[in-house]
Amino acid sequence: MIRKKKCVAMLLAGGQGSRLYALTSTIAKPAVSFGGKYRIIDFPLSNCVNSGIDTVGVLTQYQPLLLNDYIGNGQPWDLDRTFGGVHILSPYQGKHSSDWYKGTANAIYQNLHFIKQFDPDYVLILSGDHIYKMNYSLMLNYHILKNADCTIAAINVPISEASRFGILNTNEDGTIYEFEEKPKNPKSTLASMGIYIFSAAKLYKYLEEDNEDATSSNDFGKNILPKMLSCGERMLAYEFSGYWKDVGTINSLYEANMDLLGDKPNFDVADSNWKIQSKSPLAPPQYIGDDAKTVNSIIMSGCEIYGTVENSVLASGVIVKKGAVVKNSIVMAETVIGENSAVDYSIIDENTTVGNNCKIGESKTSGKGITVLARNLRIKDGSEILGGQIVDKA
Amino acid sequence: MRAVGIIFSNIHDNSVPELSRIRTLGSIPFGGRYRLIDFPLSNMVNSGIDTVGIITKSNYQSLMDHVGSGKDWDLARKDGGVIILPPYGDANSSTLYNSRLEALKGITSFLFRADEDFVVMTDCDTVCRINFNDVIENHILHRADISLVYTKLANTERSTILDLNEENRVVGVSYKEEQHTEMANVFANVFVMKLSLLQNIVMDSISHNKTHFTRDVIAPNLDGMKIIGYEHKGFYAGITSLQAYYNSSMLMLDKDIRHEVFGDRSVFTKIRDSAPTKYGNCAVVKNSLVADGCEILGEVENSIIFRNVKIGRGAVVKNSIVMQNSMLGENCSLNCIIADKNVSITGRKVLSGSENHPFYIGKGIMI
Repeated sequence: MIRKKKCVAMLLAGGQGSRLYALTSTIAKPAVSFGGKYRIIDFPLSNCVNSGIDTVGVLTQYQPLLLNDYIGNGQPWDLDRTFGGVHILSPYQGKHSSDWYKGTANAIYQNLHFIKQFDPDYVLILSGDHIYKMNYSLMLNYHILKNADCTIAAINVPISEASRFGILNTNEDGTIYEFEEKPKNPKSTLASMGIYIFSAAKLYKYLEEDNEDATSSNDFGKNILPKMLSCGERMLAYEFSGYWKDVGTINSLYEANMDLLGDKPNFDVADSNWKIQSKSPLAPPQYIGDDAKTVNSIIMSGCEIYGTVENSVLASGVIVKKGAVVKNSIVMAETVIGENSAVDYSIIDENTTVGNNCKIGESKTSGKGITVLARNLRIKDGSEILGGQIVDKA
Repeated sequence: MRAVGIIFSNIHDNSVPELSRIRTLGSIPFGGRYRLIDFPLSNMVNSGIDTVGIITKSNYQSLMDHVGSGKDWDLARKDGGVIILPPYGDANSSTLYNSRLEALKGITSFLFRADEDFVVMTDCDTVCRINFNDVIENHILHRADISLVYTKLANTERSTILDLNEENRVVGVSYKEEQHTEMANVFANVFVMKLSLLQNIVMDSISHNKTHFTRDVIAPNLDGMKIIGYEHKGFYAGITSLQAYYNSSMLMLDKDIRHEVFGDRSVFTKIRDSAPTKYGNCAVVKNSLVADGCEILGEVENSIIFRNVKIGRGAVVKNSIVMQNSMLGENCSLNCIIADKNVSITGRKVLSGSENHPFYIGKGIMI
């Protein structure tokens, strides 16, 4: 029997995410916590599974330990398969050469043998930097229907922000005639989402050529896509309209978390029609104490709340002690907020203990920005950490 | 010392007929996200027992769904692991077993395939944390034939009471249906013995047509065998009636008890994916346990809320247990209610039981 897969997904998860500062000093960006129980990588992985794509290579490089551990054998996403499933692909040592991944295209090139063992017709390239729900199978249908060589998912962004993105200039039929990387005067507002579908044979051809080219920086956006366009390949933009957020900065990560709150949230993670799968913690239900107040917040199992939580997102096992007030903040797993401490407009990473009578962050209206505490910190009783500060080491 | 575990999931089904009408006692939901079988099963896993047979009798679909391959207890093993043992029936026998000993007669192949030194048998009618290794060590130390785990308790009903002498040897066994107020040694339905002894007991029972473990095996052998008691001193709740279920559930709101039972997070259960729980702008929640996946827009006090429960705006839930996937409409009011799974209460309804007599609403009922 010839075993093959129609489409294999390759998820680029090696990024450092340096603009998340303290949150990514010891973990890769796709492993950053989101929405109380998720990690960023849950979104592309769940999208794959929900789209019927059951073969995913995850390319890791920067600080892969937590990410590798988290993905494990893929069981939380139902990706523990005998043929296919999720595979962690780290840079490796070869007989003739051993290399770190030089660029996004090089990372895929070094793992072509992984892709080829499934003999796919199409290859989907994803990144682990975005929060969104997308049915990739619709995009794949579009790619097939339009007889494309490469299809790029694109989203309309406000014209004021267009110069931050890679912009696709398209003809009326959706074919792309020009790429502009972060243009000063954008001609269109259609931004690339960094999601590509290639017909497998074309991808192999261009990756192999790119590898021969010593001047190339081996990057999809900079090298592969422009090369394909100049060679006259059929490239299409696939317009996506839905929630899509790059969570590559402290501000955007904060906003995306806050988008989960409210009676009609901008982004609904509890949507039973498009389940976001994740590794669930084994913890008892959350306990809300006698004097507690929990308003407009998302709280996860294992939490014990004795103080006040307002407009906040709390991950598993967070303890908010008596008299403590957590407002407009994101508190990640197993963190403790001491008695009578006040936390406002802050992101506190996993397993940090804030002592009693501390003051962390200042309100948004102070204009000082978001306060960030890294993981595994011990903040002494009575400490004051001002708005906008980033604390990486105690 | 290696031990094999046997869990009886159905034995006490009659104790809580309301909740076990559609499921085994072992699959009764408890504490917001658990099922009663999670406690004995986790106790076994935490005691290093990695071969566990679960004896079932009837209504065990929900139990099989819950336990599955045993993966969530780390019991999906090539060698050993968890094995569900449905009743063994053939064309000539029309009745299922009625007692513990008859159930054991039906699993002789499991009993004789096991090669462990000891066997630990438990039921699913208790919420407690017991380290079975301690029981086995004590058993060996005292050169006992059979160890029975008990706890000192007053105000229980439907319990087996052990009479012990000053050396903790069992000298009498009696069953009390009615409530008794004085302190007594209440049998926790946990047996420890050598596997070879259990094998002999079962074979002997088959040849002599014995049917009742306590009456036909324990009671006649109090002199002939060394049967000792092992006292469990930690938290213990016997689920002997709907009222006991309600009271034991409410005890989980006590910080010390909750931390004793769940503090080390080693009560394992089937992991299901739910989004985190969401509290609305007008939510008021006091002294309650809330599982994941809920949406709480109203008021909740002294209650236990299971997964994916929706509580509408203006609804007031007090002193109640609301199980998975139930929907409580706007402005409804619940007091001392046990709502089973998938119950929906439409808006503005007012329902109340009392603390001494909680009102039970069956699975899937819409009011």
